[in-house]
Amino acid sequence: MKARQKRLIFVALGIAGVGAAAAMALSALRSNIAYFFSPSQVLAKEAPVDHVFRLGGLVQTGTLQRQPDGLTLTFVVTDNAEQVKVSYTGILPDLFSEGRGMVARGKLGGDGVFYAEEVLAKHDEAYMPPEVAATLKPHADAAAALDAARGAGSIPQGGAQ
Amino acid sequence: MIPEIGHFALILALALALVQAFVPLAGSLTGQPGWTAMARPLAVGQLTFVAIAFAALTQAFLTDDFSVAYVAHNSNSLLPDVYKVSAVWGAHEGSLLLWVTLLAAWGAAVAAFSHSLPMATIARVISVQGMISVGFLLFMLLTSNPFERLFPVPPEGRDLNPLLQDFGLAIHPPMLYMGYVGFSVAFAFAIAALIGGRLDAAWARWSRPWTTVAWIFLTIGIALGSWWAYYELGWGGWWFWDPVENASLMPWLVGTALIHSLAVTEKRGAFKSWTVLLAIFAFSLSLLGTFLVRSGVLTSVHAFATDPTRGTFILIFLCVVIGGSLTLYAWRAPRVSTGGGFDLVSRESFLLANNLLLTLFAAMVLFGTLAPLIYEAMAWGKISVGFPWFNKMFLAVMPVLALLLGVGHLARWKHDEPARLGRQLWIAAALTLVATALAFLPGVSGGHPLVPLGLGLATWIALSQLTGLYDRLHHKRSLRAILADVTGGSRSYYGMLVAHLGVAVLTVGITLVSHFGIEKDVRMSPGTSQEVAGYRFQFEGATSVNGPNYRANRGRFLVFQGERQIAVLEPEKRSYLTGGMPTTEAAILPGLLRDLYVSLGEPVDQKGDWALRLYYKPYVRWIWLGAIFMALGGLLALSDRRYRTATRRVSAVDTIGAASTART
Repeated sequence: MKARQKRLIFVALGIAGVGAAAAMALSALRSNIAYFFSPSQVLAKEAPVDHVFRLGGLVQTGTLQRQPDGLTLTFVVTDNAEQVKVSYTGILPDLFSEGRGMVARGKLGGDGVFYAEEVLAKHDEAYMPPEVAATLKPHADAAAALDAARGAGSIPQGGAQ
Repeated sequence: MIPEIGHFALILALALALVQAFVPLAGSLTGQPGWTAMARPLAVGQLTFVAIAFAALTQAFLTDDFSVAYVAHNSNSLLPDVYKVSAVWGAHEGSLLLWVTLLAAWGAAVAAFSHSLPMATIARVISVQGMISVGFLLFMLLTSNPFERLFPVPPEGRDLNPLLQDFGLAIHPPMLYMGYVGFSVAFAFAIAALIGGRLDAAWARWSRPWTTVAWIFLTIGIALGSWWAYYELGWGGWWFWDPVENASLMPWLVGTALIHSLAVTEKRGAFKSWTVLLAIFAFSLSLLGTFLVRSGVLTSVHAFATDPTRGTFILIFLCVVIGGSLTLYAWRAPRVSTGGGFDLVSRESFLLANNLLLTLFAAMVLFGTLAPLIYEAMAWGKISVGFPWFNKMFLAVMPVLALLLGVGHLARWKHDEPARLGRQLWIAAALTLVATALAFLPGVSGGHPLVPLGLGLATWIALSQLTGLYDRLHHKRSLRAILADVTGGSRSYYGMLVAHLGVAVLTVGITLVSHFGIEKDVRMSPGTSQEVAGYRFQFEGATSVNGPNYRANRGRFLVFQGERQIAVLEPEKRSYLTGGMPTTEAAILPGLLRDLYVSLGEPVDQKGDWALRLYYKPYVRWIWLGAIFMALGGLLALSDRRYRTATRRVSAVDTIGAASTART
């Protein structure tokens, strides 16, 4: 085999390999992506039923309830316009709390409750997922809630003692 | 006063970096020995000033100087001293300062350990590093000054993020950054070679040890990050395909490809332009990682509160670096002569396949990581790519790589006969098939087809490495000859052996923990027990305890295997006094063959019941053990005497060559 032919074989194999990989990656992607929806979009029936998606918003204060089994929790997520009830069984991440932003992955049930398989954790109290920040409705309370969620860069006066 | 000295030192470092970026380079192009000679002192001066700034910030932390905004946001007078030091790089500004400090340290190291290199090369390498320093120093001084003062001065600081108050995380960022920044040396060598138009075996031999050092640090850094996530976050996971994790994995994949491709360039003079391209990509991906972590464009568990203007700056910097270096590459690389040819069956082919597969996987990870940005930009909606996708891609590429790994290291350079390879490897292949078949038994695989695949591949890698070792040593007549080989001049061979065995160990760990790990969310009352994988966890209740800067609920669990008590586990749920941020401190009973792991969730009622999580993690330690093997392999390869002696011999010739080029 001449060097030229050999190089052609290498190139052809390379292109075929990359093409196959790209095709596989893209087709697998379609079944593995989860779209993000806000409570308003869910109530406007934009979110799919029976398909995994992500729901994000603020956890409405005073709505977190533990069910009698001790492991299932329910709470209401809001974008300051609409509300969706969420049910989750398991241990919540440390930084989950009422009044703060959160993102959960799961499915919408026929009863309108979002059954979360996973509540996404974060590492920093001041962090607000960009999707949540973008979908919060411009509402006087929203601005305040957003500020609260961001920590507004404030330093606690007086210290810890 | 001291913070101002730090700030001023940074400005001086920027001034020096500007000189460093242009004068030695110009000197090397115009043949002014006075200008090129400035390279080394400039690199050392750069390190001096950046180190002064770093010391100034550390001092501000240790003395609780809350008039410095960065200290006030990330420290507290109650914080233990060791975490006051690690808090220096605990957030954005300080981690950039750490980055710049390490960059300067690498630059000074190149200056110190390069006396065998021609002056023109050194001048160019140090100039390229100066350019990178200029970018980062400008970034710091314009958008993220760690020395900014705060007025009025708060009486107390806001405290370091509690998750970061941990030894593993104190050393994780420096290790990772040493790796990221270390690739800047390989990058600088590549750019210098492109500028000089000289890409040869000697160039590869100089870059190799530097690249290996960076790769070792990155390997350890990633492993530490994974270990930290495992024990500190309380989720029991060791890899999440999170954008920030991917950001560190991509340079590692390309860096691994680079190490292998450098071997070909050094030994055979082939793959030159490809090696240069990999060096450019390894560092570009390190920069991209910084961009992803620091800009907050992606949703990530690691994302900390961010500032979009910073993202824009890094994005522009990224474009300049990648665009500039690729333009230079397009302009200069065609002049690079292609090296020796090779046949379809040869070690070169196998290493080429290794490179293509590693790069392909890095490209897939890059695509999966950036897909949410692409979708958003195209207005197709806001998406996230789930970890099953990444797992699928991993499974599509890595088994092939593992299969080829078993053959490649035994193949001969330039040309080999498939029949000869077959004769050499048939025993290993037969044993691998037996092992795989055994793993298919339902008692072993538990019905998961991937378990025999993973265990089979691990067996294959290990046996083929041992075959190579046997072929190498069985001709030796005496034990002394064998010892001489092990301790003598072939350390790079043993480095490869150990690193590849690390891959086998890692494969076993990933396979077993992924398929046989158990995690159970339960509600437990004091005095009750739960059984997981044959271990009985008895909950004794939780009590409250006080730490130096936190309060905690500490649970107490007795763990029984059969009737025998094997451990007492005491996980904690902490609440930090400043800010009140809760964290979970998991309690782990580590073991070579399995970890038992308990983490507290929340109290359920007033009677002392808790929601909590119990885990059984078989062979999870093997994942990090594999990484340790790889890093050790890198160290062994690095200690090969060949580098030092060979470099000296080659450089004598090159200096003459460089001098003559400079004259013309």
